[in-house]
Amino acid sequence: MALHEPSTDTSPATGSDPSGSLLARMRRIDPRSYVVYLAFLLILAFFAVTLQDDGFLTSTNLLNIVKQTAPVSVMAVGLVFVLSAGEIDLSIGSVVALAALVAAIVLRDHGLVLGVLAGLGCGVGVGVLNGFFTTALRLPSFLVTLATMGLVAGIARWTTDLEAVAVTNQTFVNVFGSGKVGPVPVLVLWTLGVVLVGHFVFRHTRFGAHVLAIGDNASAARVTGIHVDRVRLAVLVISASAAALGGLLYAGRVQGATYTLGTSDLLIAIAAVVIGGTRLFGGSGSVVGALVGSLIMGMLTNGLILMGLDSNQQMVAQGALLLLAISLTLREPRGR
Amino acid sequence: MASVEAPAAPLVRLDRVRKEFGAVVALQEVSLEVGAGEIVALVGDNGAGKSTLVKMIAGVHQPTSGEIVLDGKPVRLANPNDSRRQGIEVVFQDLALADNQPVYMNMFLGRELVRGPLRRLDRARMATETQQLLDDLDVRIPSPRATIRDLSGGQRQGVAIGRATHWAQRLVLMDEPTAALGVQETARVEEIILRMRDRGRAILIVSHSLDQVFRISDRICVLRRGAQVGVRETAGTSGDEIVALITGLR
Repeated sequence: MALHEPSTDTSPATGSDPSGSLLARMRRIDPRSYVVYLAFLLILAFFAVTLQDDGFLTSTNLLNIVKQTAPVSVMAVGLVFVLSAGEIDLSIGSVVALAALVAAIVLRDHGLVLGVLAGLGCGVGVGVLNGFFTTALRLPSFLVTLATMGLVAGIARWTTDLEAVAVTNQTFVNVFGSGKVGPVPVLVLWTLGVVLVGHFVFRHTRFGAHVLAIGDNASAARVTGIHVDRVRLAVLVISASAAALGGLLYAGRVQGATYTLGTSDLLIAIAAVVIGGTRLFGGSGSVVGALVGSLIMGMLTNGLILMGLDSNQQMVAQGALLLLAISLTLREPRGR
Repeated sequence: MASVEAPAAPLVRLDRVRKEFGAVVALQEVSLEVGAGEIVALVGDNGAGKSTLVKMIAGVHQPTSGEIVLDGKPVRLANPNDSRRQGIEVVFQDLALADNQPVYMNMFLGRELVRGPLRRLDRARMATETQQLLDDLDVRIPSPRATIRDLSGGQRQGVAIGRATHWAQRLVLMDEPTAALGVQETARVEEIILRMRDRGRAILIVSHSLDQVFRISDRICVLRRGAQVGVRETAGTSGDEIVALITGLR
C-alpha cells in the first residue's frame, strides 16, 4: 500500500540516491526549457547559410547584435523576476525614455555622477510607485503599470517638449556606450554583468526562491512566512531599475536621448523572456534563457535587415517568427 | 460539560477561549488540552466553529477573550509567524504547496538553507534532508527534486504533513487532511499521522470522517454552533454518542 506510482519507482524509497539516477534526472528535464537554445542555433545556422555573402557570420556583425540588444537584454533580466513572481511591468519601455532623458539633462548640467544617479533614480522611483499601488492598494500590477506606462511616457515627452537631448560627456559615452575594456565592448560587459548577477540572485538566493514561490502560489508563500508584498515591491523596483539602466545604455550608444527610445522594447523584452522559458503566469523562469531569447530577437532584426527587408516587412516577418517561436516553446503539454 | 484530564503538563492548553466577529459569537468558551504524543480530533457540523478554533491557534485570528497556553505559559499569537515561532504548524486543506517547485523547496519554503558568505541556496542539503525526513515518515516520492505537480494527491499530502512534522516543535494542526484522498491513500496518510504522533508531536485534527476519528484519535472534542458540547476519550465513547453530541439530538 504505497503512495508512489508503480511506474515511477519500484525500488524501496529508503536508501535511494536523493539526486536520482542520471536517467531519472534526464526524464525530469522539461524539453521545452531547452527549445530556446535549439532555436537560437537553428536561427543562427539559417542566417549563416542564407546570408553567407552578406557578412552575417562575421565577428563584427555578431558583436553588433549583442551590442544592439544590450538594453533589451538588461530589461529582460528584470522582467524575469517580475513575471516569475506572477506580476507584470508594462512601464519599462517608458522608463527607458525617461531615464535616458533625465540622465542626459542632469549629465549636461551637473556632471557624470549625478546624471547616472538621476537616470537610475527614475527607475527606482517608478518601481516604488508601481510597487506601492500593487501592494499597498492591492491593485493588479497589469493595470498599475499600464497607467504608469502612459504617465511616465507623458512626463518623458513633457520634460523636453519632444526635443532630443545630446550627450557630449565622453566618459558617459565610454562607460555606457561605445567604450571597450581591452577588446570587449562595454555593452557586452554590461549585458554579461547584469545576466550573471541576475542569474545568481534568481537561482541561488532565498530571494529568488521566494519570487518563484509567490508566482506559483502566493497564499502558500504567505502562510510559510514569506513577506509576499515586500518581494512584489522588490521585483517591480528591479524591473524598473533594469529598464533605467537600459535607458542609460541607449543614451550612451546613440550619444543622446529622445522620448522615442525604448517605445518598442516592452513587447520585444516580454517576447524574449517568454521565449527564454519564463512562464507568463509565474512560478518558473530563467535569466540565461531570457538572454538567449533577447539575442534571438536581435538576431532576427539583424538578419532580416541584411536580407533587405524594409521595416514594414520586418515587422511582418518578426511577428510570424514570434508566433512560431512561442508555439515551439510555450505549448502546454496535453492533459495539464 | 464533560471534561477529561489530559496527561500531565499538556503542550497546548486552551483556557476559555472565545471569539467574536463584531456582534457574531463564532466560538463560545472552549477549553481544551493537547499533550505530547496525543491526537485530539475536532468534530462538528459545518459552521460549528472548528475552523475558527484552528485559525486562532494558527495565529490567523486572535481570541476575543481567554488564553492560549503553551507549556504552561500564556502566549499571544498575533500572526501566523508567531504561531510558527512557537512550534505550531498547520497542514491546510489546500495544502499550501507551490506546484511548480521541487519537493525540497516546498519542504523548506520560507526557511531555505543557505551556505557560504554569499548565502547561496544549499539545494543538495535541502534535498538530502527532505529525503531523510520523508523516508522516516515512510512517505514515498520518486525524488525530492521532483516537482509537486508530478506527484499524486496522497504524495502531496505526505509532503505537506512531512513539512509540518519537520518544523513543528509542539503542535500540528490538520484541517481535513484526507478529504480529497481515496481509501488507500487515506490509510497511508493516517499511518503517517500516527508516526508523527509517535515522535511526540501533539496533533489537533479536524475531520468529517467519524470512522477516521475513531481509528486514530485519543480524544474527541465536539463543537456545535460555536459551543463546546463535550470532550470524550475515544476508547470510552461510541459513534452514536458523538453523533448525538454533534447534532444535539438524543
